[in-house]
Amino acid sequence: MKSLKWRAALIGVVLLMGLVYLIPSLSPSLPPWWGGFLPKDRIHLGLDLQGGMHLVLEVEADKAVENSADRLSEDIKAALREQKVPFIRVEKAQGWDIHVLVAGAEAQGELNRVIEKNYPVLKAVRAETVAEGILVVLGFQDSEVQHIKKLARAQALETIRNRIDQFGVTEPDIRPQGDDRILVQLPGVKDPQRAVALIGKTALLEFKLVAEDVSADMAKEGRLPPGTKSFPMKVGDPVRGQRIEQIALRDRTLLTGEYITNAEVRIDTQYNTPYVSLEFDSQGARIFERVTGDNVRKRLAIVLDGTVYSAPVIQEKIGGGKASITGSFTMEEARDLAIVLRAGALPAPVLILEQRTVGPSLGRDSIRQGLIASLLAGITTIIFMVMYYRLSGVIADLALLLNIPLIMACLAAFQATLTLPGIAGIILTVGMAVDANVLIFERIREELRLGKSPRAAVETGYSRATLTILDSNVTTLIAAVVLFQFGTGPVRGFAVTLTIGILASMFTAVVATRVVFDYLLIYRRVRTLSI
Amino acid sequence: MELIRPDININFVGMRFKAVIFSGLVILACVAAIVMRGGLNLGVDFAGGTLVQIQFKKQTTPNEIRNVLQELGLGQSAIQQVGGAADNEFMIRTDVTATGLTDVSQKIEEAFDKAYGPEEVTVRRAEMVGPKVGHDLRQKALFAIYYALLFIAIYISGRFELKWGTSAIMVGVLIVGVYLLEALGMKVVYLIFGALLITFGLCWALKLPYALAATVALVHDIFITVGAFAITDKEFTLEVLAALLTIAGYSLNDTIVVFDRIRENLRKERKRPYAEIINSSINQTLGRTLLTGGTTLFSLIFLFVFGGPVIRDFAFAMIVGIVVGTYSSVCVASPMLILYEDWAKPKRPMKRAVSTS
Repeated sequence: MKSLKWRAALIGVVLLMGLVYLIPSLSPSLPPWWGGFLPKDRIHLGLDLQGGMHLVLEVEADKAVENSADRLSEDIKAALREQKVPFIRVEKAQGWDIHVLVAGAEAQGELNRVIEKNYPVLKAVRAETVAEGILVVLGFQDSEVQHIKKLARAQALETIRNRIDQFGVTEPDIRPQGDDRILVQLPGVKDPQRAVALIGKTALLEFKLVAEDVSADMAKEGRLPPGTKSFPMKVGDPVRGQRIEQIALRDRTLLTGEYITNAEVRIDTQYNTPYVSLEFDSQGARIFERVTGDNVRKRLAIVLDGTVYSAPVIQEKIGGGKASITGSFTMEEARDLAIVLRAGALPAPVLILEQRTVGPSLGRDSIRQGLIASLLAGITTIIFMVMYYRLSGVIADLALLLNIPLIMACLAAFQATLTLPGIAGIILTVGMAVDANVLIFERIREELRLGKSPRAAVETGYSRATLTILDSNVTTLIAAVVLFQFGTGPVRGFAVTLTIGILASMFTAVVATRVVFDYLLIYRRVRTLSI
Repeated sequence: MELIRPDININFVGMRFKAVIFSGLVILACVAAIVMRGGLNLGVDFAGGTLVQIQFKKQTTPNEIRNVLQELGLGQSAIQQVGGAADNEFMIRTDVTATGLTDVSQKIEEAFDKAYGPEEVTVRRAEMVGPKVGHDLRQKALFAIYYALLFIAIYISGRFELKWGTSAIMVGVLIVGVYLLEALGMKVVYLIFGALLITFGLCWALKLPYALAATVALVHDIFITVGAFAITDKEFTLEVLAALLTIAGYSLNDTIVVFDRIRENLRKERKRPYAEIINSSINQTLGRTLLTGGTTLFSLIFLFVFGGPVIRDFAFAMIVGIVVGTYSSVCVASPMLILYEDWAKPKRPMKRAVSTS
């Protein structure tokens, strides 16, 4: 008798807690006194239900190492000049090897000394005698390669996070996946392609001098003097629209976007076109002042990701650390450009490995169809159980109905995501939930047929069936756990609802229905069982 | 109400050879379908590629759609109508994936905007899975199946026979065996078959008839469900994989219920012939087996009919799995126990008493 009250109380507490966890998801706004320790989390809908974009990116970390080698080779050149070590050529070769060509053994010794002293991250891989002298091949220490890659991935993640924050998406989810991948989930994003462009733009801003002695034809045909390279340039033409021309630039990068502290969209009052104004930090401002002072009357090209946006003539030394990028942008393009410049460049390009977009209309349809299917499945099962087991069927149906708020409450409490396969999982548990009761009821019927009293039959029925119920559900639980480990997005949602559903249905079918039976048989002294 | 009379006594055990032949034929048909189609029709999740679901305002035909795709060089794409005829909704699938940051689905969208007018076309869903991710997912899926089978095999060998020591031996041998196969450079697909053969062999050698029968029934169910996808040429997607693993759990659910009853009856009635006990155990649980299978089946049919195109293949897989699973737990798993008795212990004629019921 006593234990019956306890069990009833337990069910009451579980149901109450379930309702408490459900309230935030059910009511659009919570009352002001709802706070403190009370839960505030709503059921989280997956991208397939609310619409949005799922993106898996790969950071090409190798490129970051190559870039480092590139910068370092320039650095070594300067250091050798400074320390008066004679050399013929310093260049970045394939991958991240740096080739230094020196005239003889003496210079090679001096080179090795400089490298050992100033560049502990490098090591001399090998040296070979060639026609012009000795070619020393330098390479990164292995630990340094790993370090650069790790840093590149971390920085890429941070940069992408910054960009999305500024783009303005509610509840974005950005996280590393595996070694070199980044998972980005943007619920409810309206223009997926624009978001992709914003996330994926490397946004490497470089200032380079225009090679004035190279004509446009030479640039187009690729006849270029050493130390220069041809770049595409966007040319805005009021009549013919935008076109691309080739322009030759000097190899040396005078300034990069890493010193930018702010970037904003401004409107050119004269032509009413948007442009992006930049502000450099103090170091960047100093470099910019020196570069412009040294190169008055020359053209300075602004290169973004390998495309020249503009190449104005430097009229005078520019102090104060301000610059602007003009070019024929739309307002949207200018806004996105400002965002990526503010958030910083990606240390290495990213590739899209996987992209899934679900439009909001499909998400709404999926919810509606899922609800209809669930309702029909639920109603059919409920009617069937009553027809088949009469009053006992009603008791089983109560347990079934108790299941739904419990599953939902667990979803809210564990911050799990409800996906379309997740809804399928709930429908499946509706079918399975009655299984436990069917097992018990069939057993009770058998015991009654053997001539046992209702109370004894219920007693044996439950005790015999409980172990079987546990056993038979464990295997489905195993499958669900494996699925959860494996799963991504929607499938994981299925594993979650299936697991919660199995646990909830075992509780309601074994514990909750038993309380009702015991109440009827012990307190109300029911003589015949309607089953 | 009772659908199954309590005194029902169908001779399932007597039908065991017919069941074996029937199952064998079905499996043969599945193998034939898989071979003839040159493997499964893998969805973009596993094969890589691009899938775009587009809704048109006005009526259009697959041919008109193909003409638009032709201009993009995507004339080979598979075009399939989804939903009702009035929905004007089509699914376009191609093997091409994104290069860098430009997405194929974007190009497709732009082409249709141009051909039909931007107001006439809505892209409802676009999925692009690159070859790398496709390969990873394939690998992960196979491992998921492998691990699910492994854990389930361990659980049932331990739980059923209450021989956790034997189960531990089995785990050890399985892990070493699979490790050796892996060291030989075997592909994951063959690894799964290898692991299964080892499991069957171990169950046989360690005298675990229940575990053996349950695993055979489980593999039987999963294989026929996969075969159904080959026969109907439906796409094998991530959701279908989820369905397969669920079927693995569910198929055992039925089998375990019957086996529990067999063990209970064996304890109660030591003198009755083995085959008879097995047969009456199947009959005693038949009501429950059909009832649960029925309610689950009904729920799934509703999901199949009303759940929408995204979840339809999942529902299809589950329906096949539930039907086959129910059949196998009655007609395959339990009679397997007798087959084991027949084959493994030919020297004890007492146990071979043929059921007369």
